Amino acid sequence: MDNFLKQSWAVLRILLALTVLLGVLYPLSVWGVSRLPGLHTRAEAQNTDLVAVVREGDRYFVPRPSATTPPASGGSNKSEIDEDYTVVVAERRTRVARREGVPESQVPQDAVTASASGLDPHISPEYAALQVPRVARASGLPVEEVRELVADHTRGTFTTTVNVTALNRALDSATAEEGR
Amino acid sequence: MPPLAAGLLQVGILFAALAVAYRPLGDHMARVYTAKGHLGLERAVYRFARIDPEAEQKWSTYAYGVLGFSFVGIVFLYIVQRLQSLLPFDFDRGNVGPGMAFNTAISFVANTNWQSYVPEVVMGHAVQMIGLTVQNFVSAAVGLAVAVALVRGFVRHQTDRLGNFWVDLTRGTVRILLPIAFIGAVVLVALGVTMSLESGVDVDGQVVANAPVASQEVIKAFGTNGGGVLNANSAHPFENPNEWTNLVEVFLILVVPVALTRTFGRLVGTAKQGHVLLGVMGVIWSAMLAVIWAAEANGVRPLEGKELRFGIPGSAIFADATTGTSTGAVNSLHDSYTGLGGGAAMLNMLFGEMTPGGVGTGLYGILVMAVIAMFLAGLMVGRTPEYLGKKLGRREVTAAAVSILAMPTVLLVGAGIAAVLPGTPAALNNPGEHGLSEILYAYASASNNNGSAFAGITATSDWFQSSLGLCMLFGRFVPMIAVLALAGSLAAQKKVPVTAGTLPTTGPLFATLLTGAIVLVAALTFVPALALGPIAEALL
Repeated sequence: MDNFLKQSWAVLRILLALTVLLGVLYPLSVWGVSRLPGLHTRAEAQNTDLVAVVREGDRYFVPRPSATTPPASGGSNKSEIDEDYTVVVAERRTRVARREGVPESQVPQDAVTASASGLDPHISPEYAALQVPRVARASGLPVEEVRELVADHTRGTFTTTVNVTALNRALDSATAEEGR
Repeated sequence: MPPLAAGLLQVGILFAALAVAYRPLGDHMARVYTAKGHLGLERAVYRFARIDPEAEQKWSTYAYGVLGFSFVGIVFLYIVQRLQSLLPFDFDRGNVGPGMAFNTAISFVANTNWQSYVPEVVMGHAVQMIGLTVQNFVSAAVGLAVAVALVRGFVRHQTDRLGNFWVDLTRGTVRILLPIAFIGAVVLVALGVTMSLESGVDVDGQVVANAPVASQEVIKAFGTNGGGVLNANSAHPFENPNEWTNLVEVFLILVVPVALTRTFGRLVGTAKQGHVLLGVMGVIWSAMLAVIWAAEANGVRPLEGKELRFGIPGSAIFADATTGTSTGAVNSLHDSYTGLGGGAAMLNMLFGEMTPGGVGTGLYGILVMAVIAMFLAGLMVGRTPEYLGKKLGRREVTAAAVSILAMPTVLLVGAGIAAVLPGTPAALNNPGEHGLSEILYAYASASNNNGSAFAGITATSDWFQSSLGLCMLFGRFVPMIAVLALAGSLAAQKKVPVTAGTLPTTGPLFATLLTGAIVLVAALTFVPALALGPIAEALL
């Protein structure tokens, strides 16, 4: 037993040495680098448009459905063979179709499925285009201008997506200007 | 860009980056484990821990070091979690419960990083840093050490010494993992991954959890660990904000296991010996990618559980990388995959994590399988098999067999018991065949030290916490001990000269044999179980 404790103590010493290096010095150095101007804002996610924010009212674009409530993240984990969830998806499709005044066949996949993080701020260009007429109507902005704003927030190298969080902020500024 | 072109382009960029890193990283690792001198930092560690870095160890002493270090690591990590409320940056998340702390301690020390907890609710930043981040590094370094010890078994002859575990552990950490992780973390921060000591951030009136993400994110991938800093893991926009961070993370996941084949070739003196292993890994990995990608592209709800910014190809590539290595990070929810796609991810783990496998574990896994393949070939021609100039006798084949059989044993026993327990149905999130797949996937993930999940399963009951904990423990350390025993008996042998009867192990014949052995062992062991879960679902 004595021998066991003595050896454990020796092993603990090396673990402690590595803990100081890897658990304290390393993360704090990375944190230190992230304080540099230019990196700081993003490291803290200030004014970030990386996460979806649901905004009330018809004058905003609607992000994808979410299976979570922030601050936590997560998804539905539902499989294709879960029939209860198939019903949920069908209901979402009906709701989106009614809201946008289009046939259900025009509602894209991303409008009715939850993302993995539950925080996905992106929608497909198709889903954005579907929402343009309603948003224009409710916000009082010309359809052309809304369409341009959507184009301004459409990005991606491999997959083209529209960032709803940034787009809704741009809508806010545009309507504020219009009001003036 | 059309999805097919986008996916192929991403695979192309990934392969090109891996090709560029292959030689320099592989050669660097070979030098690290053969260098004579010590760095100042390493000397300081040896002095503090009172270790003689020049003392070489027998296989049993080496194994004792691996077990002792891991045991102390588990105890330390358990205590740190249980006393979280005494630490700074705990945000009143309280002490972690005993079952969860037990499971998590084993999980991170065993390089599995199975997570039965929701990080942003349970773990404060101090535990994430001094507990989890540290094990992200050292568990990977332990895997590297065992792999290098096995290679020494092939390279050395007529000796009972395999090197010094403490030196291999320290060098792997200080010279390989730490410097590259630091650079990687800075790159990730520059690309938009967050790094904050705050508990959360207000986004247009909605609070979203934040954490020191980048520093842990990089080693999570680079050490094939996989435990998310936030619940959604690499699907979370703070962990993986865009297409480019996604590619960087996939690259980090694959680069060490891939480059280790170069290290191996260098150490045994023939680069081709490594190329043939890489070829086998690459063929199986690419085939599995094709299956996952095609299955997901043709799903009923292809975007359920996927982030739009990665799309289907970006999700499939990540899924194949994370399950083909023992990483287990996810950028999409495998539970929402199709029967075929999710089944392929599961099969990737059931191959025993060697295509290309985890950091270190992948290399020793495929070398053990090479021993089995040569043994089978020897049986066919009635000749004592050899590999890399060493005879594969009873001792060697027994050790290899123990190493291969440990995982299926704990996996099938655990999953079998779980399937019949009365409390299990309530823990599942999906009905029928997919529910069984959730159980199978959990035990496959734990026993192979992967850590990803069909995450709908609620694995917080005492049964799941403890049985999955034990699967991780046995799935990790039984093979390690067997591998070190194998290394010991190989090193003790004389070198056998190459003759006309020696089967060359650098050509397509050996590659075919090895691929066949990997596929056959997994198929013979797991087809009955897979038939009831993912295969049945795919045929529905």
